[in-house]
Amino acid sequence: MASVALALLIVMVVSMVLTSLMSWTIERVAYRPLRGSFRLAPLISAIGMSIVLSNFVQVAQGPRNKPVPPMVTDTIVLMERNGFAVTLSYKQIIIMVVTAVLLAGFWYVVQKTPLGRAQRACEQDRKMAALLGVNVDRTISLTFVMGAALAAVAGTLFLMYYGVVNFSDGFVPGVKAFTAAVLGGIGSLPGAVLGGLLIGLIETFWSGYFSIDYKDVAAFSILAIVLIFMPQGILGRPEVEKV
Amino acid sequence: MSAEMERPVAGPNYAAAARDAVLAGVIALGVFGPLIGFKTEQNMNNQLVVENRWGIVIVIVAIVVIGRFLLKAFVFPALVTRKANAGPASTDESFFKRNFKTIGLAFLLLYPVIIVSMLGYQQSIKWVDNFGIQILIYVMLGWGLNIVVGLAGLLDLGYVAFYAVGAYSYALLSSHFGFSFWLLLPLSGILAAMWGVILGFPVLRLRGDYLAIVTLAFGEIIRLVLINWREVTNGSAGISSIPKVDIFGWITFNVADPTYIGKILDLPPSSAYYKIFLYYLILALALFTAFVTLRLRRLPIGRAWEALREDEVACRSLGINTTNTKLTAFALGAMFGGFAGSFFAARQGFVSPESFVFLESAVIVAIVVLGGMGSMVGVAIAAAAMIGGTEILRELSFLKAVFGPEFNPDQFRMLIFGLAMVTIMVWKPRGFVGNREPTAFLHEKKSVSGSLVQEGHG
Amino acid sequence: MAEMIPSWETNPILSVEHVTMRFGGLVAVNDLSFKAGRGDITALIGPNGAGKTTVFNCITGFYKPTQGMLHLRHADGKPFLLERMPDFKISAKAKVARTFQNIRLFSGMTLLENLLVAQHNPLMIASGMTVLGVLGFAGYKKAEKHSIERAEYWLNKIGLYDRADDPAGDLPYGAQRRLEIARAMCTEPELLCLDEPAAGLNPRESGELNELLLGIRRDENTSLLLIEHDMSVVMEISDHVVVLEYGTKISDGKPEAVRNDPRVIAAYLGVDDEEVEQVEQALDVVTEEAQQ
Ligand SMILES: Nc1ncnc2c1ncn2[C@@H]1O[C@H](COP(=O)(O)OP(=O)(O)OP(=O)(O)O)[C@@H](O)[C@H]1O
Ligand SMILES: [Mg+2]
Repeated sequence: MASVALALLIVMVVSMVLTSLMSWTIERVAYRPLRGSFRLAPLISAIGMSIVLSNFVQVAQGPRNKPVPPMVTDTIVLMERNGFAVTLSYKQIIIMVVTAVLLAGFWYVVQKTPLGRAQRACEQDRKMAALLGVNVDRTISLTFVMGAALAAVAGTLFLMYYGVVNFSDGFVPGVKAFTAAVLGGIGSLPGAVLGGLLIGLIETFWSGYFSIDYKDVAAFSILAIVLIFMPQGILGRPEVEKV
Repeated sequence: MSAEMERPVAGPNYAAAARDAVLAGVIALGVFGPLIGFKTEQNMNNQLVVENRWGIVIVIVAIVVIGRFLLKAFVFPALVTRKANAGPASTDESFFKRNFKTIGLAFLLLYPVIIVSMLGYQQSIKWVDNFGIQILIYVMLGWGLNIVVGLAGLLDLGYVAFYAVGAYSYALLSSHFGFSFWLLLPLSGILAAMWGVILGFPVLRLRGDYLAIVTLAFGEIIRLVLINWREVTNGSAGISSIPKVDIFGWITFNVADPTYIGKILDLPPSSAYYKIFLYYLILALALFTAFVTLRLRRLPIGRAWEALREDEVACRSLGINTTNTKLTAFALGAMFGGFAGSFFAARQGFVSPESFVFLESAVIVAIVVLGGMGSMVGVAIAAAAMIGGTEILRELSFLKAVFGPEFNPDQFRMLIFGLAMVTIMVWKPRGFVGNREPTAFLHEKKSVSGSLVQEGHG
Repeated sequence: MAEMIPSWETNPILSVEHVTMRFGGLVAVNDLSFKAGRGDITALIGPNGAGKTTVFNCITGFYKPTQGMLHLRHADGKPFLLERMPDFKISAKAKVARTFQNIRLFSGMTLLENLLVAQHNPLMIASGMTVLGVLGFAGYKKAEKHSIERAEYWLNKIGLYDRADDPAGDLPYGAQRRLEIARAMCTEPELLCLDEPAAGLNPRESGELNELLLGIRRDENTSLLLIEHDMSVVMEISDHVVVLEYGTKISDGKPEAVRNDPRVIAAYLGVDDEEVEQVEQALDVVTEEAQQ
């Protein structure tokens, strides 16, 4: 058990380092030249980059699924009645613990450190932040690095949980992540957590009680409905239209 | 700004370039090393085994190092000198540039004739179908979405939904009721426009990322419903044997019919005629889109769209009903998407949800932005470059001779497509045609520099 | 001494009645009432953050006041309750036009296009809600010609006729301010609200602006309501001045009367309330002495 945990930790750290480097490079090559220009240019560049990344993996690693042997198999039985058991697997516990730890760390960085302050300043007004001596380029680079490191952890956990991975697996979680962030309200960390939890719960309950086919439809519909009534997301700061 | 600009002195600085190149090499090693150097394969026992390919990694890193060195030592200084020496941009444009629209139009009209006279009917099919028709579909989609994104400044990431509505309207109504294409073409446009209004109405309050994600969500919802509502749509298997278009029943393209074009015109049977007919059909549809859009731009509604993109608050202060204005943009864009969709269904003879994934929406938005927001010529160029370019990659089978028979150039298609998107954006962030043509003038028509044109918040 | 009833009391175009605007805990406008006379230039002044722009936003429908009413009456007697109308209808139906403190031109469109967008509603009707226009009907051509003539008229008035085909974003600041006024005037308003039109202008431009505004009052059947910090402009052209401080009206009257109002002086000089009281007491003494 201890060796598995250690292996998992090593894999996680190595993948965090590698994806961070990759993300730093991508920011440098594909986004930094577009900073300050036209809002849609970085969007298109980002879509292009996501096509490049998934196809790069396809070319380099092949289009087929990659199964890994199950790493963590133990479960805890919480309750058992009439032969049906409610179980909690170690995998699930690991995911929850890792998420909670990272969330706390991330919250601390954003709220309490100079880097986090610089990040929040850049979010509000990049030009003003630069005038006050914040190194905007460096801050944004580091933000990309942080985002990539978190995505690497999510990827590792994904593989540990589902046991198989494919070059195109990033797309749906990517869209869902964006959906969760928007649902919770862009720029709000608790909002992102809430959005993620809501999307997950909606899909699970919908699959459980109605039909598994329409689980994504349910998630997207609820996103649309929520945004129609709360255009700023659930915890987002309402955008005051100063005239 | 960028590191390259620090030293405007011309002439190579080899030491700095070498240092930079080594750094780039280290980074390349980190980025490419693990993913290319190790390859996991499944063996007979379904276990993953690692294979080493460090040779390729070394080649790639070498390319990066040398490339970076050359860039830093020669290309950037050359660019700086050229920039310094470049006088004011010359005003007299070449004949080609001035008459670009006329020449382009003439080329499009003559394209099948040129191809057929060069290659004969049988060989022309590929060039008319894969290049001509394929590109024109995207030109039309780009022009349709241009109304929403380029003119009204509303970012719609789910445009493909309306394309799907058009395609399925044609597929379902023609196979269930036997309606002809000429009836269903306007009908699918209207149905798509209706969906545009239905979806548009609740979401147009949203702005920025929120609008983008909700339109994306609507696109996905429509696709997922098409997959899962099997009783009607036949699910992922799609709908096949959609009837061909005919010329109002007078001339048809089924060899068995007495009205088959080959019999009427006394030509040997060939599927090329249908492709050529489809080519002109989609060309007509695309030009219709262009014509309507050009007209609309000069009407108050078109000016209101652009004003909306420039400043929504000012629009409201001038008495413009912004909700209705946005809705008309959405509905018209959707309508052209619907037309294109019904054409697509007729051309393929088969529709399935596979054709309407998010990637399609992304490609269409990319074409609009790469072309230059609001510019019809730019959109056409972007569609030709991106779609034509990726189609050409399919033709590169001679590379097999270089890299060996297992080498499959097709798998690099999307990789290169994505790289092209990034490269063009970095090279021309405002797209191919960044300037805006004014819709009215008093003394003389001057195009507006792209840096003044706003991009909208929607 | 019998007070003469001022003209804005007898024939107002706009009556602001007990308007309050709250943003959360902040009371930006507090129980404000005043009237703007028909054909007058009414100035709304006050220190920064007094709530002047907020009043404009309530009048033009960008904000809905928390409380209070805004009556507008056209010259033909037609009444409008502005607080019940959406912003674009206030411009389209009630004929209230405005400019913005931070210039909001369509910077990527030419001057001519800016002025044509302002004539959107009549042109929209002329184009048969676009349908006839797309089909190329002649009626629309005529309407468009008429609109272009109106645009030319205003371009001449603001002295930018030669630059009609340049993008608005290329104009110098002062010209942008004038263009924004011309654009507002192209909607043929009964009431024109200007938010700090002289801000950032040099003295010559400021003088030209005064001419423009006086010309509008004289020739166009338009009443003006303006926010201004430049006292020379206010004193020179306005018929009536309303002074706000912290959202509350502290003075209201003819320019000369307001200029000498100690509360206004205090508000602008930023003295404490106690000092205001002292000034008031002193003044009371003076007036009492004068009466004796
Ligand atoms: N949308 C809003 N949300 C919250 N507070 C607002 C909003 N609009 C204005 N305020 C606040 O209301 C107060 C009055 O602002 P307003 O812009 O009306 O002042 P002003 O008199 O126009 O000042 P200035 O002379 O600086 O333009 C200010 O404290 C401002 O911060
Ligand atoms: Mg103000």
